[in-house]
Amino acid sequence: MYDPASAIKGKQAVFEAHPENAAVKALADLATDAKFDRAELTITVARESIVSAAKAVQQAGYNFLEDVTAVDWYPSEPRFQISYSILSHKLKERLRLVVRLDGEDASLDSITSVWPSANFYEREVFDLFGVHFGGHPNLRRIMMPEDWKGHPLRKDYPVEGYR
Amino acid sequence: MTPPVEELTGVAAIDPGIDDLIANSARNRQNPPSKDQTMIINMGPQHPSTHGVLRLVIEVDGETIVGLAPDIGYLHTGIEKTCEAKFYQQVVPMTDRIDYLCPMTNNLAYCLAVEKLLGLEIPERAQYLRVLFNELTRIQSHLVWLGTHAMDIGALTVFLYCFREREDLLRIFEAVAGQRMMTSYVRVGGLSLEPPRDIYDKIRTFLKNFPAHVEEYEGLLQTNPIWMNRLKGVGYLSAADAIALGVTGPPLRASGVDFDVRRDMPYSGYEKFQFNVPVSDVGDVWARYIVRMQEFRESVKICLQALDGLPEGHIVADAPKIILPNREQMKTQMESLIHHFKIVTEGFGVPAGEATSSVEAPHGMMNYYVVSDGTAKPYRVHMRNPGFATLQALETMCKGRLLADVVAVIGSIDIVLGEIDR
Repeated sequence: MYDPASAIKGKQAVFEAHPENAAVKALADLATDAKFDRAELTITVARESIVSAAKAVQQAGYNFLEDVTAVDWYPSEPRFQISYSILSHKLKERLRLVVRLDGEDASLDSITSVWPSANFYEREVFDLFGVHFGGHPNLRRIMMPEDWKGHPLRKDYPVEGYR
Repeated sequence: MTPPVEELTGVAAIDPGIDDLIANSARNRQNPPSKDQTMIINMGPQHPSTHGVLRLVIEVDGETIVGLAPDIGYLHTGIEKTCEAKFYQQVVPMTDRIDYLCPMTNNLAYCLAVEKLLGLEIPERAQYLRVLFNELTRIQSHLVWLGTHAMDIGALTVFLYCFREREDLLRIFEAVAGQRMMTSYVRVGGLSLEPPRDIYDKIRTFLKNFPAHVEEYEGLLQTNPIWMNRLKGVGYLSAADAIALGVTGPPLRASGVDFDVRRDMPYSGYEKFQFNVPVSDVGDVWARYIVRMQEFRESVKICLQALDGLPEGHIVADAPKIILPNREQMKTQMESLIHHFKIVTEGFGVPAGEATSSVEAPHGMMNYYVVSDGTAKPYRVHMRNPGFATLQALETMCKGRLLADVVAVIGSIDIVLGEIDR
């Protein structure tokens, strides 16, 4: 069974345990927090530095953006956790970039300039969580109708809907 | 390296006058067409070639595509929201319904993520059976792809033949899981049932006959000039574009990127199997066809290895608080009855954390991102389905081609709308 004590938590500890990791090297300046848990590396960056972090890991060899999604930690703050799953075809490694956002001001920069595939993923997060991506070329709802009220995957959105 | 278009159409050679027409056509015009020259065509939401409710807004100049925007969301099932209200084990039947052509792959991807959260060790026999049925699912899914792709282009016989073989596989699934399509066979910690003893002979018989059927399909299609001309040089996608647009699976490998999750980041014991990863650097519809036809053969190879090497042992992990006891134990042992009752009514707790599992589904890379807050219900389940990302590349593949080519390209990326409109 899984032992929570086996996880390495904190930026300092992770960066000491995995000094040779390409993502760790690339994000040495930008990371605010890090975690190595269940053989998965998670690095948290500040909202302002997401585009530069994406560029840095892309140059470090993580060439493929698999997914962008969000977790709503309502009612705690910071409320939203945006998770970017990034893969390296060459290194055969995966990295999870995380940005934490407050519920009051849930917005950050779009990384469509780094990976065009972020287009659909970010639209999905915008649609279902109501997180705004600045600089996105076409930030419209993708799954719900245009005139839909609310964002269904938020935790304070009832399962049965408002009406 | 776009294959030359003129070589394939063959019309220029027949009628020399048509050369001027081609030279003056919109495709070769220097300036982009202005708005008053183009027309918007809505293809779908219901169209025989989209295999579901997909609407494509296509801007055409004459018959040439100058712009294309997919419009999805007609089929919203709210599955991710619903998962948050269920116990971990109750999510497994929901994952069947995401992509109805590869339910076992979805089951496996979800269970791998939960097992990662739990830190469960899976017995080797269960891993081999998982691999076996995942590869059979891949064959089944590719059969539907080939049949419907051929039907879209007008070759109806292949469709009927493919569904004949698919029926054999569905009978095997029914004997194993009790269900033809919504199998829910893979469970957290192992499998739901020990397969019946006589099923291995049936699978062997199928695998023995199947390569001849693949040759039969190839014989029908690859000697057909209509099929060849509709596929070759159509829907070109470069490796750089494929990576930038998030394409995975056979379309990615057909564009020349040699990456397969089964080989490069093995899961469920795939590292013990010998198989090749078909790659082509041509990047058109034809290449995607070839890659998938080769995958048929590789899947047969993997299945045979799984059958030959199938170890004895249990099909579930040793974790009575997580895995339902079998029926006999439940009726005779008080402990098992209590575990059964508690798992069904209260579920099982999963240590807090987040985990991503990644499998190579028939359509491409499928990830499950499961977040646990330590309770018996997942806090968040997110599915990264290959079709959703691949759909973004449709415009790149179709631009500059004719309207009729959209049908061929959609067939070649093999989308299932169930997984796109989660």
